Amino acid sequence: MNYNWHWKVLLEMEPGGTGTYLHYLLVGLLWTLATALAAWVIALAIGAAVGTLRTTPLKWAVRLGNLYVEIFRNIPLIVQMFLWFFVMPELVPQGLGDWIKQMPPPWGSYVPAVLCLGIFTSVRVAEQVRAGIQSLPRGQRLAGIAMGLTEAQTYNYVILPQSFRIILPPLTSEFMNIIKNSSVALTIGLLELTGRARAMQEFSFRVFEAFTAATVIYLLTNLAVVLLMRAVEKKVRVPGLIAAAATPQAGH
Amino acid sequence: MALLEIRNVTRRFGPLTAVDDVSLAVEAGEFFTLLGPSGCGKTTLLRMIAGFDLPDAGEILLEGADMADTPPEKRPIHTVFQSYALFPHMTVAQNIAFPLRMAGNAPEQISAKVRDALALVHLEAKGQQYPHELSGGQKQRVALARSLVSRPRVLLLDEPLGALDAKLREEMQIELIDMQREVGITFVFVTHSQNEALALSSRIAVMNAGRVEQLDEPSRLYGFPRNRFVADFIGKINLFNGEIVAVDGERVRLRVAGLGEIEARGAAGLRPGTPATLALRPEQVRLAAIGAALDLPNRHPGKVRDFLYIGDVTTYVIDLQNGQRMQALLPNSSPGRAKFFEVGDAVTAAWPAEAGVVLTE
Repeated sequence: MNYNWHWKVLLEMEPGGTGTYLHYLLVGLLWTLATALAAWVIALAIGAAVGTLRTTPLKWAVRLGNLYVEIFRNIPLIVQMFLWFFVMPELVPQGLGDWIKQMPPPWGSYVPAVLCLGIFTSVRVAEQVRAGIQSLPRGQRLAGIAMGLTEAQTYNYVILPQSFRIILPPLTSEFMNIIKNSSVALTIGLLELTGRARAMQEFSFRVFEAFTAATVIYLLTNLAVVLLMRAVEKKVRVPGLIAAAATPQAGH
Repeated sequence: MALLEIRNVTRRFGPLTAVDDVSLAVEAGEFFTLLGPSGCGKTTLLRMIAGFDLPDAGEILLEGADMADTPPEKRPIHTVFQSYALFPHMTVAQNIAFPLRMAGNAPEQISAKVRDALALVHLEAKGQQYPHELSGGQKQRVALARSLVSRPRVLLLDEPLGALDAKLREEMQIELIDMQREVGITFVFVTHSQNEALALSSRIAVMNAGRVEQLDEPSRLYGFPRNRFVADFIGKINLFNGEIVAVDGERVRLRVAGLGEIEARGAAGLRPGTPATLALRPEQVRLAAIGAALDLPNRHPGKVRDFLYIGDVTTYVIDLQNGQRMQALLPNSSPGRAKFFEVGDAVTAAWPAEAGVVLTE
């Protein structure tokens, strides 16, 4: 490849005058993280609730949960992003819709992006939670009930603490997905890391430098997430739990 | 009033009647066993007592109160599962403390009770370990301690020793009896092992195809089975099918094809001309060399086909003249002596008139 690399562009001032391009990209990373973290809170809360409900004996809750999962699992993320940004303000009462549309940038893009990513990821979390709960031996739930716990107590103290430990590795992947998927928010005008790399390319005509820098920042960020989650997994690990779920009767 | 009463309980699964009009009563402090082959309905009955399943008909009463509207978590009845169902994310002490903690007991009360429970199952030193660090027998003990710690009125045990090896099983049987005596809680025990049932229980309900065939004390079940199923299921037995030819007060005479007449103890309801079966335990049979004097009314020549040396006893398999095979159990009282007879020896099998039971069902 015959390309004249010019890495110093990163230290040049961006046209908005807020600082260098590198600074400009790092602020983008902060928006990426702010979007991902807020969306993750929503994804975990809704995902845990829906995933748990789908394992209860309540038929209506199971059906409602299935419906929710199928809707948000089967529409492409970018379409959902447009629906939240363009359509949602029209569907809510007019006063609220106007208020959303008048939100100053970047909040006008940030709020729909967080809602969209949060709900999109919540169905994936719900699937993980359901699978985790169903991987436990049935005796665990019966033992809880038999010793006088209510259904809710059994879930709180017996079922969920074990399931979440089991699904921690797939949840880590989901969190990394949410960081990567937040780049789709650039389509509704959120200037997160990818959006800023693109802007930098447009201002400076340095496409390779801009996206190489963005790539490295994404890589380092996700590596940090992996290391952090590995530490968490190690801390909460219950030896033999995953094996125990597969073979409930260990030897002597 | 019985502590636990089952009244005409029926449970169907599609075309299958798993529990068929069962009635029984368990007294406070009893070690009560439901015994039967796989699929006889014993576990279904246990699940209904626990509240995990509801009867299609009939009632389950605890201290006279119908339990139909009481969900399992509200019943003062706990269950010990064969799979132990210990909580792997909690230590042994936390597992045992858990039901107390959930019931809102004070912390100092909880730790005292956990200490007592650990002492009861001889695991004082294991409180801080996790379940995966324990052996199968220890896990079973923790499961027992966890079920007993909040003092249920009834403890249900669903084949709790099924996952243990034979030696550990025997040890745990002895511990179970001790434990039950110590805490005084009513145990309802489910097993398909007749040895376990006989060794542990104060009373046994023998179940078959959803019905209770006989409910009695272990020694009565063994000595006086009510029908062929119970006779055959509990212990080893020789069954002689024949026809009653004479009834004379305390004695009946039974004609068995190829053997002639057998004299046996009479019972109410036996009439000449009806088919009947003599059920005879192997240890009631005596063997002697042909020609030896035996002062017993029932004497039948045969040939030793095989013998099983078990250590304390030897079981001889005898081919009788009519082709029927019977077993005789002889104690080996002198050490080093494995057998009295060789394979192929001609012997006389004999038994007193009062041995065995005549069955018509």
